[in-house]
Amino acid sequence: MLIKNAQVVLKNTVKVTDLRIEAGKIQRIKKDLIPKKGETVLNCEGFTVFPGLVDMHVHLREPGFERKEDIASGCRAAVKGGFTQICCMPNTEPVADNKVVVSYIKHRGEEVGLCKVRPIGAITKGQKGEDLAPIGGMKAAGAVAISEDGKSVANSKLMANAMQYASDFGIKCLCHCEDATLSDGGVVNEGFYSTLTGLKGILRAAEDVMIARDICLAENLSLPVHICHVSTKSGVQLIREAKARGVQVTAETCPHYFALNDSVIASYDTNTKVNPPLRAEEDRLAVIEGLRDGTLDAIVTDHAPHHEDDKNVEYNLAAFGISGLETSFALAYTLLVRSGVLGLNALAKKMSENPCKILSIEGGAIEEGAPADLTIADLNEEWKVDKNKFVSKGKNTPFDGWKLFGKIKYTLVDGTIKYEEQK
Amino acid sequence: MKEKDLLGLLELPAEEIDELLTLGMKMKERLRRGDKSLTTLAGKSVVTLFYENSTRTRTSFELAAKFMGAQVVNISASSSSVQKGETLVDTGKTLDAMKNDVIVIRHPMGGAPHLLAKTVKAHVVNAGDGMNEHPSQALLDMLTMRENFGKIEGLKVAILGDIRHSRVAKSNLFGLKKLGAEVSMYAPKTLIPEGLDKMGAKICSSREEAVEGADVVMGLRIQLERQKGGNFPSLGEYAKYYGANEELMKYAKKGALVMHPGPVNRGVELTCGLIDGETSRIEDQVLSGVAVRMAILTLLTEEKRVC
Repeated sequence: MLIKNAQVVLKNTVKVTDLRIEAGKIQRIKKDLIPKKGETVLNCEGFTVFPGLVDMHVHLREPGFERKEDIASGCRAAVKGGFTQICCMPNTEPVADNKVVVSYIKHRGEEVGLCKVRPIGAITKGQKGEDLAPIGGMKAAGAVAISEDGKSVANSKLMANAMQYASDFGIKCLCHCEDATLSDGGVVNEGFYSTLTGLKGILRAAEDVMIARDICLAENLSLPVHICHVSTKSGVQLIREAKARGVQVTAETCPHYFALNDSVIASYDTNTKVNPPLRAEEDRLAVIEGLRDGTLDAIVTDHAPHHEDDKNVEYNLAAFGISGLETSFALAYTLLVRSGVLGLNALAKKMSENPCKILSIEGGAIEEGAPADLTIADLNEEWKVDKNKFVSKGKNTPFDGWKLFGKIKYTLVDGTIKYEEQK
Repeated sequence: MKEKDLLGLLELPAEEIDELLTLGMKMKERLRRGDKSLTTLAGKSVVTLFYENSTRTRTSFELAAKFMGAQVVNISASSSSVQKGETLVDTGKTLDAMKNDVIVIRHPMGGAPHLLAKTVKAHVVNAGDGMNEHPSQALLDMLTMRENFGKIEGLKVAILGDIRHSRVAKSNLFGLKKLGAEVSMYAPKTLIPEGLDKMGAKICSSREEAVEGADVVMGLRIQLERQKGGNFPSLGEYAKYYGANEELMKYAKKGALVMHPGPVNRGVELTCGLIDGETSRIEDQVLSGVAVRMAILTLLTEEKRVC
């Protein structure tokens, strides 16, 4: 296949060139390549080609919660959102805390055959925080990392052990940072809007103290650690300072933390309920600054699809989470690139290269010999988010009706078109 | 009233609050005369849907509706049944299907009445939702104040007690500010949530400062069931350092009213002397409650003027 006349986001530059794809790899990057006989030509004039987007934090709900999402619907949403690789969290039923479930997820992903599905195993058995899950076996079955997802391992010694043991297998702990004794059943950020709505607040410190703990463990053990979905100004600062003194810490945030602040909870719209909660405007601005200065390495969705019944209830009872795969790229492009915070190369780093590096998985760059995982978008097309058009089973988005720039036109995985926009 | 529902005083315009108080005053005069035979709500039905225990508020709404000729049905659901069983949305749809006109809801979770109001055709009255609002309580408090002082504007109201968990404090703050009163608050820091100052309250650093020059001193119930997290060490210590007593009342204006939404923990929020004293309006608040709820039901259910 020959991709013609596209603006291509290379490692450090952006230029208009052609890409030849053969045997699933990027074979040649050069201007004015001549189509070979019988070669498919994809004219991408006016479009931009990114290295295939990688979302290192999603929930696919299968096995166990197929009413919310399954691997097939999640993968359809992923390729529609431009993602070529997704890493799914272990909070399924049964929990992905053993090689059987990890292997099931991996194989089901291959069967679906859209994007690459990379399972993440649990840190402890049953996510109970008591005994280590069989980390070696899960790695062998295809797990790319371990995470307790949705909670912290409260026992700090056990967490230290997990980091050390996982490092023997070359994988990292991805840390959801939350001190449950501080969050204490809260549902929104503690502040003006929790008081205004009468909804129970969660102090920023609930997140910060665990970020600090996990940084301390990584520093003390000289091991890497990855902090999930950073939402607070103080959390960004903790990571910035740790990086400055050489701690091997990486971190991610999500589009909702740079797109929204907690004023949107005033409507009691349960689509705004997410964990960690949407924070105040100063936190939102700090997250953007963290992305700009490199403190935050990756943009992930924390795609958390839910059935309507899980959301059409009292705010306290509603499930936490946002269905994010189909809006992530456009939110990041519109709010970060068009506003001048990030360039296209930096966006590609946050959404492709850095996640690959953090997890030591293939992909993340457009270069000769690399897998032809490519995301092709029209950056000038403005479109309106319509949750009813989501292919994810989860229609739970606070962005319904938003007008965004950046429309995914094609998603290619190993050189095959897995998504093509239907007009 | 313009809206279908009464969900809180945050959204209610000052003129509608004023209208409710004016009608409430008329209702109170009727009740004092023993006139309990209005027919305003004849042919209408009211369901009280209470997911939290309440004697005072539920009875007050029930009598208010009955004094005006409505049919009343009471539903009590224990809070635990919120978590299982039928969803609030389905319960609301069921009541709508029965052609019911008004739902008075109390619920342990903020925003539940808002969800119900979006779901049903019936008028929804918030009778207290979690830590959010309790509009009819604030209206009855304001009715009592207005009757005593002739107006709300310019009054100084001190609120002491469990402000963090209090929907009463917030509804009073919103309503009183809209009508031009000043509101000062004091409580242990563990019971003062962030942001009240931005909503117009003066957050004080001592109870004396809060009560200084006050026309009204309002104690709020210490909700014992909500104090498990160690917000203060004991009721005795609360009463000693944060409660209102005769000594404290010297800082208030002479003859300042003592109010409390009830039920009172005697000797904790207020000393017995204050509860039973001459300027206590705690019992009068109860009468105001029935009156103001009659006004609420009347104005919510009247034919909406087409603009």
